[in-house]
Parts: sequence; structure tokens; C-alpha cells
Amino acid sequence: MPTLTIDDQQVTVDQGTTILDAAKKLGISIPHFCYHPRLTKVDACRMCLVEVKDAPKLVTSCSNAVRDNMVVFTGTPKVEEARKSILEFILINHPLDCPICDKAGECKLQDYYFRHSRQPSRFKDYKVKKHKVVDLGATMVLDSERCVVCSRCVRFCKEVAGEENLGIFNRGDHSEIGTYPGKKIEHNYQGNLADICPVGALTAKDFRFKCRSWLLCKVDTICPGCSNGCNAVVHFTLRSFDGIKGQRVFRLTPRENNDVNKIWLCDVGRWGYSFIDSIDRLTTPALKKGEDFVKSDWDTVLRETASGLKTVVERYGPSAIGVIPSPHLTNEDLYALKCLFSCVLKVTNIDFKLPGLDKGEGDKLLLKADRHPNTRGAELLGLSGTGLSAEAMMEKVKTGEIKALYLVGSDPVKYIGEKAEEALSRAELLIFQGTNFNASCKLAHVILPGATFVEKEGTFTNYQGRLQRINKALEPLGEAQADWEIFTRLGKRLGSYPSYKYAEEVFKDMAREVAPFTGLSYQKIGPQGIKLTLPEGKS
Amino acid sequence: MKIVGHNLTTKESFYFFEIAKGLWITSRHFIYNMYFHIAHLLGKYPEVPAAVTVQYPEEKVPLSRRWRGRHRINARPDGSPRCVACMLCETVCPVQCIHIVAGEHPDPAIEKYPVSFEIDVTRCCWCGMCEEACPVDALYMDTGKSPEPGFSREDLLYRKEQLVKEMPLPGCQRSLNAPGQGPMEANPLGL
Repeated sequence: MPTLTIDDQQVTVDQGTTILDAAKKLGISIPHFCYHPRLTKVDACRMCLVEVKDAPKLVTSCSNAVRDNMVVFTGTPKVEEARKSILEFILINHPLDCPICDKAGECKLQDYYFRHSRQPSRFKDYKVKKHKVVDLGATMVLDSERCVVCSRCVRFCKEVAGEENLGIFNRGDHSEIGTYPGKKIEHNYQGNLADICPVGALTAKDFRFKCRSWLLCKVDTICPGCSNGCNAVVHFTLRSFDGIKGQRVFRLTPRENNDVNKIWLCDVGRWGYSFIDSIDRLTTPALKKGEDFVKSDWDTVLRETASGLKTVVERYGPSAIGVIPSPHLTNEDLYALKCLFSCVLKVTNIDFKLPGLDKGEGDKLLLKADRHPNTRGAELLGLSGTGLSAEAMMEKVKTGEIKALYLVGSDPVKYIGEKAEEALSRAELLIFQGTNFNASCKLAHVILPGATFVEKEGTFTNYQGRLQRINKALEPLGEAQADWEIFTRLGKRLGSYPSYKYAEEVFKDMAREVAPFTGLSYQKIGPQGIKLTLPEGKS
Repeated sequence: MKIVGHNLTTKESFYFFEIAKGLWITSRHFIYNMYFHIAHLLGKYPEVPAAVTVQYPEEKVPLSRRWRGRHRINARPDGSPRCVACMLCETVCPVQCIHIVAGEHPDPAIEKYPVSFEIDVTRCCWCGMCEEACPVDALYMDTGKSPEPGFSREDLLYRKEQLVKEMPLPGCQRSLNAPGQGPMEANPLGL
């Protein structure tokens, strides 16, 4: 374990650590473009030069390993002069179109210029013109003029995504990034290119020109795209008129978590946020009158629901009620649901496992076949296998043995098909609680609007059994409410039910009652999540 | 707090002389104003002003070169707005009265343009920060006009189609580029 001195501070690091990483450990940030902790080192940008005692020249800190008794200086006039010169060199052909560049505000070049250079250009000749607005594939746009040729994107495609179709062409100040002739980027991790690009050369079509980066608020969350539970940050705006009318959430970006997603996020999850502000969001509680839905208010709808469920229980017993939750819900929602139906109403027919729930297309890196963030959590809470299976429930609804069906965000019509449609249309009472309109919602008698993952607090359990928190970024759209809140209000009308005010209270109760969550709290889960100790045979 | 009174002198305590003095000042102004107003009607002494009152709206006070009036958007030679929808004015606006929706321009050299550009003058506080923030010589408040009253809120929502047609007040123009004329000179973007 070598010990070295960086800017008069001593640090001991592992053998083979680079100077840049050692400095990072001390909280000293060394500017860099081409270096990325998860990619190979190429020494392309020369931005990370530092002075090492007894070395004849400045050395690149990103690729030079530390030695014992090394003395490094990161802020000497010589180093500052080198940084200034490199920046001046890079900026010779940079178009300086920051006002229209999507990266402005989070651009490394912009930051470094203001920190280390701050000098007007001395270049008097014409700038080299390169290709602008180059279509690289389904989701990416390239602006070669802005590129600093750090080759991060080329290395990412080759090393992480495993698809070699990006390369650097031409030489000197004419060198530019591009796809090989006749090829496009096709892998499922294109969105990361926009994240790792230190400048605005690669921008995502989805986010392009929608909103400026400084107008966005950021809240830590978990990607709801699949059961992998990638750590993400949701970027949203609170100003209703920003960007396209009515859009509040603009993008998801990955958050570093070594145990789950490293520092990447797949495209399926990244661009799967659109349902939050989509036109089919359910925003007001509604009742079916004849063929149409009539907007109503919470009190009326909850009264109708409660009296409907009560009547069914009184007349036919609790076995005449079926509940199909969705693994899109948080642990808190599912626990509140379980409390309401198993404890208060004594319903046993609860099953979230619709056939084909985990039949998506996964890949080797992050994306899982099961496109639901909390399947594991629903399993651990015992929301399957206590009574009839979801398919059997459909049969019973068809024959009339199950009178009332409560769907929470689930869509049996999508997974089972026509059979379910026929069954649902025969149900005496069909309650749909969820975020978006779907084929099953169409047949419902009562609609209760629920909140999406950015509109509520909660926890998800990923496929490994890792418990991770999601945070509330926005208020629910319209009159929608978090699902646990709806169950609490409904529970109060049906019997004795704890009056939860915050999701954390639900979690506390859950931690007391359900075995794998014992002794946990929101503080203990922390920003990176915590691995649950799973009962044997379930890991 | 102490109120300092003014002790009247013997002459003042008679009141009569003070009233006469006041009446003399009033009548002097009255006679002077009436004389010159009548003289102006007869076409005499036009260079001597009568009363100090400005007869608005027939008569207007000359505006300062820096006076901030209604907004306008500078135009390119083809008549399209010079705005590139960078949203800096929207960002800097302290009352959030500017709303821009950006779009992809078919010309890759321009790249970004405002699909819609609205200024809600009911909210505008005329601070002129948008004018200062604009990096592309597009937004100015040098039309020399005050906002006109409207019958609906829609009337007071100025859109880019309307803003681009406005002209600067002669002598007050702050842009180096006259609207719709010549190549861009003072433009860091070179657009």
C-alpha cells in the first residue's frame, strides 16, 4: 500500500491506483475529459496533467499509478498554465454555441473554462466546419463541432455495450466521431452516451431542446423499468409552462451504485417515464354511469367502493372478492393493500402473478425480463399463493363465483387477453385503481386515480432482494393519491384500520410485521439501498 | 420627537400682508399663463411656453434613449426571428413572463428556433433583463411604445409573430443590426 503526498496531504491507497483516483479520495478534483472510472484509460485529452516531484515533465494523472513516497502537486502555476493551454487548444474549433447547446449548465468544458482558463480566444482564423445534427441512430444526435474527441463514447460502445459501430475518423483538427458506413447505434444503452459525453456533442433526441438543464430539479429515485432496480435521478420541473405544455418529468439519469447498475441505465428504463405526464393519466376519481365514465370526487367514490365491497362480503362472503395488485406498486402500497384485504375484509384471493408478467426481453447487462420493479417485494409480502391464482380468479369471475374484482394498477386484459375481457365485463363490481387508462380500466365500474413512482415515497425490492427507496419529487397529477393513502381512506370506511399519514408509518408497521423487513427504517436503507436477509430457499 | 414651532413675526401675525402676498403670486401666474395661452391661439410668441402642464396625448415628453417600452424581436434578413430559443430570457425573467417552446430548425446551421415565443405583459415588470440576457441580438425593448390595454388576457399575450413585426423607435434603437437587414455583426453565435 503506497503512501503518497498530494498537495501537502498524505494518503495511502491500494497498489495500482491512479493519481487521479488517489486525489479524488482526498477530495481534490483534477479536471479531465477522457477519463471515466468505468472505461479503459486512453490519455487522449491531456487535461488531467499534474506535476510530480523529480519527474522531468508533467504527467497524466488518469493513467499513472501511484508510487510510494510520490509527491504530487495539482495546482502549481505550471499545471494551471498547462490546463489553460489545453483548454485554449480545445476551444480553437469549438463553436461556442452554448446558448443552444443542451449540455450547457452541466458541461465539463464550460465548467473548466470558467475555473481554469477565463481568457478570450486568440485564434483569428476560420474555425473548422464539421457535421452538425448527425443522426446516429434511433435516439442519439451528434454535433461533431462541439466534440472534444475524448473517445468516451467509442470506448463505451465497445467495452460496455459490446457493439462496435462508433469510431473516430480523419486526423488532427478534422477528426470527428461517427458511425461506420451503413451502421447505426442499435444497442439498448444509447442514453448513457449523452451522460458520459463531457460536452454537448452527443445529445438524446428525447431530451433535445425540451428544457434547459438549469431549470430542472433533481430527486433520487429508482428506475421502475424492470426488476433490476437501477438507481436513477429524476429530472423534473415545477414550473408548469417549461418546455412542452404539461410535461413535468424530462428525463431519468443513472446514479452510481456499485452493487446494482454500476453507473449505467438502459434505454427501456430511461425513456419509460413518459406515462407520468401522458394524456391517458387518470387524474380524477370516476364512476361508470351507463356506458360512460362520470367524473366524481373522492368521498363519493370511496363511499361507493366501500359499500360495494361491504355488500359483496355480507352477501357472498370474502371469497367472492378477488384482488389483483401490480408489482409496479411500492412495498408500502402492497402492505397497505394486504392489511386492508387480508386483515380487514379477510379476503384470500390476492394474486399479483398474472401469466406472462416476466416474459419481457432482458439482456445480459442490466435489463431484466421481468419489467416490474417490485416483483420480489410482492412475493416477500405474500401477495401470491394464498388463495386462487389470477387466472383462476378470471375463471371464477366468468362463472359468477367472484362478484367483485379489485385491480390495483394491473391489466389482466393485456396479459390474459380476450378471456379476461369477457370475464371482467361480467364482474358485478370492478374497481380499478391505477395511474393510467388501460384496457382493463375501460371495463371498470369505479376508477380510483393512483400516483406514479415520482409522486410518492416508498421502497422497491429488486430481483436480488435489495431494498431501495424512491422519493417524492412531484405532487400527484390532478386529484390522484398514493395507493397506500387510498387504502388507508378506504380501510377507515370498512373497519378498524391504522390511520397512516406518511409512507414511512406504513413502512414502520411493515418492518414490525413482515419478516425480511424486520428492524429496518428509511434511515437504515439510505440512498444506496440495503440487501435484505431473505428466508432460506427464497434467495 | 420634538416639534419645532415657528414663532410668527409681528408682520406675519397680522395675516393681511401674507394673504396679499399669496394672492399676488397666484394672480401673477394666472395672468402670465392666460396671456401666453391667448397669444399662442393668436399665433404670437410660439417659442415662449405657457403653463408647465404637458398636453398628453396631443403632446409627448421626449423619451430617454434607454427607455424600456414594449418588446420586439429582431428579424433575420428573411423575416424570421433571430431568436434561437436559448431560454436565457426565460431563465433571467424575475416574474416568469416569457414562455418559449423550442424546436428543431430544418437548417442545421441554425439548429434551434422558437416554435412559440410568448411574453405575458400582464406579468412583465419592465426590468429589461431579458434584453440584456439575449446572446443573439434578438430581444429588445426599444420600440418606444407602452403596452396597449386589451379586452382579454389573450390580447396581452404577445407572440413571436407580432413581436417580430415591431420596429425600433428611431434614435432609440439599441441593436447594431436593423431588423431584417444585413449580416449579423454583434453576434457571438454567428447565426
